[in-house]
Amino acid sequence: MTLLITAFAAVISTVVWYKNAPKSQMMVGVLCLMFWGASLMWLVDAVFEYAEIGAEYFAPAPEKMLNDLYLGLSVVALGLIIWVVILLIKDPKGVIKSALFKKKD
Amino acid sequence: MACFIVPVTEAVITTIASKVISSKEAKIEKMELHNDDVHIDAEQKLPFSKKLNWLNNLLWGGSALLAFEHIWHGEISAVFPFLTAAADPVEAAEMFNEMMTAGVAMSVVVTAVWAGMVAVASSVEKRKTKRSEN
Repeated sequence: MTLLITAFAAVISTVVWYKNAPKSQMMVGVLCLMFWGASLMWLVDAVFEYAEIGAEYFAPAPEKMLNDLYLGLSVVALGLIIWVVILLIKDPKGVIKSALFKKKD
Repeated sequence: MACFIVPVTEAVITTIASKVISSKEAKIEKMELHNDDVHIDAEQKLPFSKKLNWLNNLLWGGSALLAFEHIWHGEISAVFPFLTAAADPVEAAEMFNEMMTAGVAMSVVVTAVWAGMVAVASSVEKRKTKRSEN
């Protein structure tokens, strides 16, 4: 479930990036790569788990599925928070800088 | 258990490498500013340091989210040795085994995907260069 949610987040962020590229200064590319990186890592994890437990992997207990759903959503939220923090620190549009300069004036 | 440590280690190495390559590219670009022909060619190609940044973002981003999953499952603690499995020798052996299998596989897969991205980008750049030459 975590892999699925992260993969969906990766696809959606890639579509958003493609729609606005190359003019966009929102650094959506960073978000895309972050979600794709996590998706690939969880894919490898899923392959190893499948090799260990077999078809049982596709029939998780409802409690585990709910926990994984909650984890997946939390992962997406964390990814978005990391992206916003990077965006504000790098400030490609200079919004923060101009706001600070205005205050000084 | 701690599979994300392998991609994190790779991310540290690639980040240092990209910083070094970036500074070298900046020096070369300064030297090429005097030579217009070379400068035009350089403009069409994406610097390798930028391509390496794709790998950095894949590795750092993926590892950060994976580390969060480990915190979620109680596999990382705030006190030394930080990894709960490291406190018990049997679990530590299992953890190292997981790092050597799943961790290394994660790094290899992410790097392979990045290599594919670089190969595609390079072929597009070559085509663009050929078109501009014709």
